[in-house]
Amino acid sequence: MRGNFLPRVRWRVGRGPLKLVGLLGLAIAALLLPFVAPDPATTNIAVFTVMYIGLATAWNIMGGYTGYISLGHAAFFGFGAYGLGLMLVHLNITPGYAPFVLVPVAGLLSALLAVGIGWIALRTRAATFVIVTIAFMFMMQLLAENLVKVTGGGGGLGLPYSHDWGGDFFNTPYYYAMLLLAVLGLFVSWWIRRSKFGLGLLAIRDDEDKALAVGVPTRAFKLTAFVISAALVGMIGGVYAYYVTYIYPQFVFDPLIGISMVLMAFLGGLGTLSGPVIGAVLLEPAQLEFAYRLGASRLYLVFYSAVFLLVILLLPRGIVPSAAELLNRRRARTVVS
Amino acid sequence: MTLVLEAAALGILTGGVYALMASGLTLIFGVMRIINVGQGALVILGAYLSFAFFRSWHLDPLLTLVITMPLMFGLGVILQIVFIRPLKTDREALSVLVTYALALGIEGALGYVFTTNYVQLRAWYETASFAVFGFHITYVYVFGFLLCIAILGALFLVLYRTSFGGALRATMLNRTAAQLIGVDVDRVSAIAFGIGVATAAAGGVVFGITNAFNPGSHYDLISRLLTIIVLGGLGSLRGAIIAALIMLVTEDITAVVISPVWATFVFFVILVVVLIFRPQGLFGVRVRDRI
Amino acid sequence: MSLLEISALTKRFGGVIAVDGCSLSVADRSITGLIGPNGSGKTTVFNLVTGFIPRDSGEVRFKSRPIAGLGPDRIYGLGIGRTFQLARIFPRLTALENMLVPVRRAGLRAVLSHGQWRHERERAMEMLDFVEIAHVAGTLGGALSYGQRKLLELAAVMMAAPELVLLDEPAGGVNPALLERISEHIRKLNRQGVTFLLVEHNMSFVMNLCDEVVVLHQGKAIASGKPKAVRENPAVLDAYLGT
Repeated sequence: MRGNFLPRVRWRVGRGPLKLVGLLGLAIAALLLPFVAPDPATTNIAVFTVMYIGLATAWNIMGGYTGYISLGHAAFFGFGAYGLGLMLVHLNITPGYAPFVLVPVAGLLSALLAVGIGWIALRTRAATFVIVTIAFMFMMQLLAENLVKVTGGGGGLGLPYSHDWGGDFFNTPYYYAMLLLAVLGLFVSWWIRRSKFGLGLLAIRDDEDKALAVGVPTRAFKLTAFVISAALVGMIGGVYAYYVTYIYPQFVFDPLIGISMVLMAFLGGLGTLSGPVIGAVLLEPAQLEFAYRLGASRLYLVFYSAVFLLVILLLPRGIVPSAAELLNRRRARTVVS
Repeated sequence: MTLVLEAAALGILTGGVYALMASGLTLIFGVMRIINVGQGALVILGAYLSFAFFRSWHLDPLLTLVITMPLMFGLGVILQIVFIRPLKTDREALSVLVTYALALGIEGALGYVFTTNYVQLRAWYETASFAVFGFHITYVYVFGFLLCIAILGALFLVLYRTSFGGALRATMLNRTAAQLIGVDVDRVSAIAFGIGVATAAAGGVVFGITNAFNPGSHYDLISRLLTIIVLGGLGSLRGAIIAALIMLVTEDITAVVISPVWATFVFFVILVVVLIFRPQGLFGVRVRDRI
Repeated sequence: MSLLEISALTKRFGGVIAVDGCSLSVADRSITGLIGPNGSGKTTVFNLVTGFIPRDSGEVRFKSRPIAGLGPDRIYGLGIGRTFQLARIFPRLTALENMLVPVRRAGLRAVLSHGQWRHERERAMEMLDFVEIAHVAGTLGGALSYGQRKLLELAAVMMAAPELVLLDEPAGGVNPALLERISEHIRKLNRQGVTFLLVEHNMSFVMNLCDEVVVLHQGKAIASGKPKAVRENPAVLDAYLGT
C-alpha cells in the first residue's frame, strides 16, 4: 500500500486514478484560464489568487510543518519586491520577459535575509518568535522608508514595464509566472512532507525537546524550513512588484499580506498540502471583492476580521482535516453497518 | 548636551505611558500565556472613546478615564470570555491570530465611524509648559507620567496586597498548580484580561493627547509594545517597565542626536542585540518546557 | 572497560547545587542503575550527559571521547539515546512515524531523501514487533495508551542503534505485567550488546535487572557496586533514611 504511514494520506479526498484525473483537470483549467476568461478584471483576480496560493503554501512550510507561526513573512515579500525593483532600475533591464529571469535572484536575496532573521528569531521559542518576526517586518518597512537614496523612501519605487503588453494580454505573463511559482511551492512542500527532513519538522511541531533527544538537529531544520519558505515568498514578491509596477514600503511590507497568508493556511488546514490552496481560493477573491466595494469605508476589515474569528473558533483545525475526519467517520460507519 | 538631557527627560516621561500599556500586555501573557496582538488597537479604541466623549460632552480628556476605563475593563472581560476562553488546543498560536483579527475588526469599525483622518485630543495642558533647570516640559507629559505611576502603583497594590492578586500571581507561576489549590483560573484570566484592556484605555488617553492618531495607528503602537515586552522578558512586569523606559529614552535621544526618522529603527536594533545575547529578554526566564 | 565516564561533574541552579562533583562510570554492556533519594540529582545527571543543560564544570567521556558541551542531537548521533519520565512521544505522528523520526548522523542526502525509506520502515516494523505493539503502527501517538507510549518510546530510541541508552524511570506508572515485559525487552537488548543506565525508584525492579548500581546523594555518587553489596552498604541506608 502506498504511503500508509503518513497520516495526511487519510485526509486526501479521492484515491488513485480518480485523484489523478482531478489533479489533471485542475492543472488544465489553471493553464487555460487566461484564454477562457481573458478580460483583465478576471485575470487580475486570478493573478492575486494564484499569488496567495503560492504565499500560503510557502508560509505553511514553516508555520504548518514546524508550528512556528511567523507573522512577519511580509518582510520577505517586500524584500523580494524591492530586490527585483532595484535590480530592474539599476541594471537597466529592458522590460518584457527578461525581468522574470531575475525573479530567482530576488528569491535568493530574501533567502539571505531569512538566514539573518532566522538566526536571531529562532533562538527564541514559539511565543517570542511570533513577536520577533513582526518586529523584523516593521524594521524592514522602516528601512525601506528611511533609505531614501536607495529605495526612493515613502515616495515609492517605479519599475519599468512593457508597453508591448496591453489589453487582455497584459495580465497573462504575470499570471503564468505566479502559477509557476505556486506550482514550485506546492512541489517543494510535497517533497518536504515526504522526506526525512519533513518528518523532523513535524516532530519539532509536536515536541521540540523530544525531537532534539532523538537526534533531530532542530535549529538547522527550523532555519532551513524558514529560509526555503522565505525564498519562495521573496520570488513571489518580485513578480508582484513587476506586476503592479509601482511599490511603496507600507504596501509591500504590509502586515495584512503577512496575516493573509497565515489565515489562508489556517482556513484550509495547517500542515496539509491542499489546505493553503483551498484557503487562498476561498478567501482571496472574496477579499478583493470586499476591498473593491467597501475599500473606502474600511468596512472590509470588519468582514475580514469576522471571517477570521469564525474560522478559528469554529474550525480551529481548518477545512481539510475537518472534512477528512467527517469523511472517514462516514466511511467507518458504512463499514460497520 | 542640554538637548540630549531634555530628550532623556522626555523619554522617561513618555516611557511611563508605554510602561503602562506594556504592563497590561505582559500581565495578560503572564496569566494566560497568550500574546494580545490587539493591545495596540485597544489603545487606539480607548483614545477614540475619550475623543468621542471629549467631542460630544466637552469633557477633559483625562477625566473621560472615569468612564472609559470601566468600559474597557468590561470589554476586556467580554472579549476574553467570547474569544479567548473557547481556545482549547494550540492556544499560544491561535490566540495571536484571534487577537490580530480583533485588531483588524477594531481598526475597520473605527475607520467606519471616525474615518481615517487623523485626530488628536485637545486640552490646555497639551501645549502649556513650565521650565525646570532651563528645560521646557509640557504639562501633558508630566500629567501622563503621574497618571501612569498612579495606575501602575494601584496595579502592584492589587497584585501584592490582595487575595485576588495572590491568585493572579499563582496563576502566572503555574496554571495547573493554581487550579489544584482552588484558584478559579478562568475567572482570574477574564479579570486579568479586563485589567490589561483597562490599562490600554489609560494609555490611549495619554497617547491621544501627545500624538495625532487614526485607526491605522495601532500597527506602529503594537510593534513597539511587543518589542518592549520581549525585551523585558515575556510575563515580567518589572521587565516591561524597565524596557519601556530604556526604549523611549533611546528613541528620543536618537531623534535629537541622529535623526527622528531613525528613532524607531534604533528601538528594534536594541531588541535584536539583546536577543542575540539573551533570547529570554532582560528579566525573562529561559523556557525549556518539561525536560 | 567503561563506556561512559563521568568525572567531577557539577551543576548549580542559582544557589542550589544539583550535581556536586559527581563521578561515576558505566561499564560496557552493563545494565547500571542510578538510584538515590528524591532530589539527589539523578535526572540532572541525565540532562547533563545528554546535553540538555550545560555543565558548570567536570567532564563526560563516551568511549573515551569528551562529549560535554555538545548538543543533544549530536550526542544522540554519537550513540547515546535517552527516554523521558512519563514517556514522551510525538502525539500527532503515527506510531510508525514516531519510529522514523530518530536521525543518526544524518547527511544532507539522507535528510532530503524522498519516498518511503523501505529499509527503515522494515526495521521500524521489526522493532515495533519486538516490543509487541506492531498492531498500532498506524495509530496517532496521542491515541495510544500510557503503556503503549512507554514501549513506543523505548522502541523509537533503539532505531538509531545507540550503544548506550539512558532510561528515566522506565517502571514509573506501569502495571506489574507491563513492568515484566519492559524488563524482558531491556534484558534482550542488553544481550544484543546495548548498555543501559537507568534511573528508577522501584527497588525490586532495579535489584532484579541491574548488574551495577550507583547511589547518588546530594549530587554526589556515594556508593557503587553489585546490587546486593550496595543494599547492605550503611552509607546508602543513611542517605535514604536521612542523616
